[in-house]
Amino acid sequence: MGELGILPNHTPLLTGIAPGPVRLQFEDGEDDVFFASGGFLEIQPGVVTVLADTALHADDIDEAAAQGAKEQAQRDIAEHAADFDYSRAMSQLAEATARERTLAELRKRRR
Amino acid sequence: MVAASKMRRTQDRMNEARPYAHRIRDVIAHLANANPEYKHVFMQTRAIKRVGYIVVTSDKGQCGGLNANLLRTLVRQMQEQQTNGIEVDLSLVGKKAAAFFRSVGGNVVAAINEVGETPELETLLGGVKVMLDAFEEGQIDRLDILSNEFVNTITQSPTFSQLLPLEPSDGDSKGRTWDYLYEPDARELVEGLVRRYVESQVYQAVVENGACEQAARMIAMKNATENAATVIDELNLIYNNARQAAITQEIAEIVGGAAAV
Repeated sequence: MGELGILPNHTPLLTGIAPGPVRLQFEDGEDDVFFASGGFLEIQPGVVTVLADTALHADDIDEAAAQGAKEQAQRDIAEHAADFDYSRAMSQLAEATARERTLAELRKRRR
Repeated sequence: MVAASKMRRTQDRMNEARPYAHRIRDVIAHLANANPEYKHVFMQTRAIKRVGYIVVTSDKGQCGGLNANLLRTLVRQMQEQQTNGIEVDLSLVGKKAAAFFRSVGGNVVAAINEVGETPELETLLGGVKVMLDAFEEGQIDRLDILSNEFVNTITQSPTFSQLLPLEPSDGDSKGRTWDYLYEPDARELVEGLVRRYVESQVYQAVVENGACEQAARMIAMKNATENAATVIDELNLIYNNARQAAITQEIAEIVGGAAAV
């Protein structure tokens, strides 16, 4: 499933988390961006719980490392290295791309 | 002093892991209160013929009665189960539990040693998986965890808590008839979430037990130091008494000798 927007009094929902940005909007209009990957998301009418396996404040993402990981994963997929694990490379690519998307989200917000 | 800084580190680790463990427990409580069209094995209460215990102890000794108290609680519980005709499977964490059941005997299905001072989730997964699979296959009908609860530096108390089947809890989500939307698939999600839940609770218990261990060790060492100081004082007194008596006698002999001349 793709992007998900949750407003107060959302119906109860239980779902998995794919790598990607999480944007929180507070009551005073402020907002904040995190990167989350893996784990579960639970929604109750009054509370949303993000049980992520990996979570990182967007400010803490190392842009160069994310870029490097993405390129490495792309290279691995293109080159089919000897000890090649396709699903693993794909998940690494998805994760690196998601980190970059989180950074893009953060920049959009700052503007 | 080494124990004090170690204790602080283990306590920090315990506090860092707490929010996740508590949140996932909340979510699981909601899930147990839901009225799903699909009821997973993990949520079904069965007649209890066999229970599984995950027992968390330390690898090292010299920490007062920490492990002894916990194992005593466990043995008492096991005797009670035995009189009720319930069998017990054990999954052990820490060398102390392994050593204990090697001499006492018991149905040990998994044992994990050398968890270390910075426990990693990966090292614990094996012992957890054995129990989860046993529950899913119907070999055990309940899964409990026994570990030391960190009350404060001086008090640690052995505590049982039930992991499976999930128990409904009090709260907002109780009493109404409702169910989640599941994306994509209820079975897969519930299974994954419950497994993650049990893993996180075991991890939390191990981290907390680590904090208990360091605290108990610090207190035990402090007591040992104080006892040694008392012994030193007493011995010092005896030594001085003996020395004084010897001197007095020597003087008396010299005086006696001089008087004779």
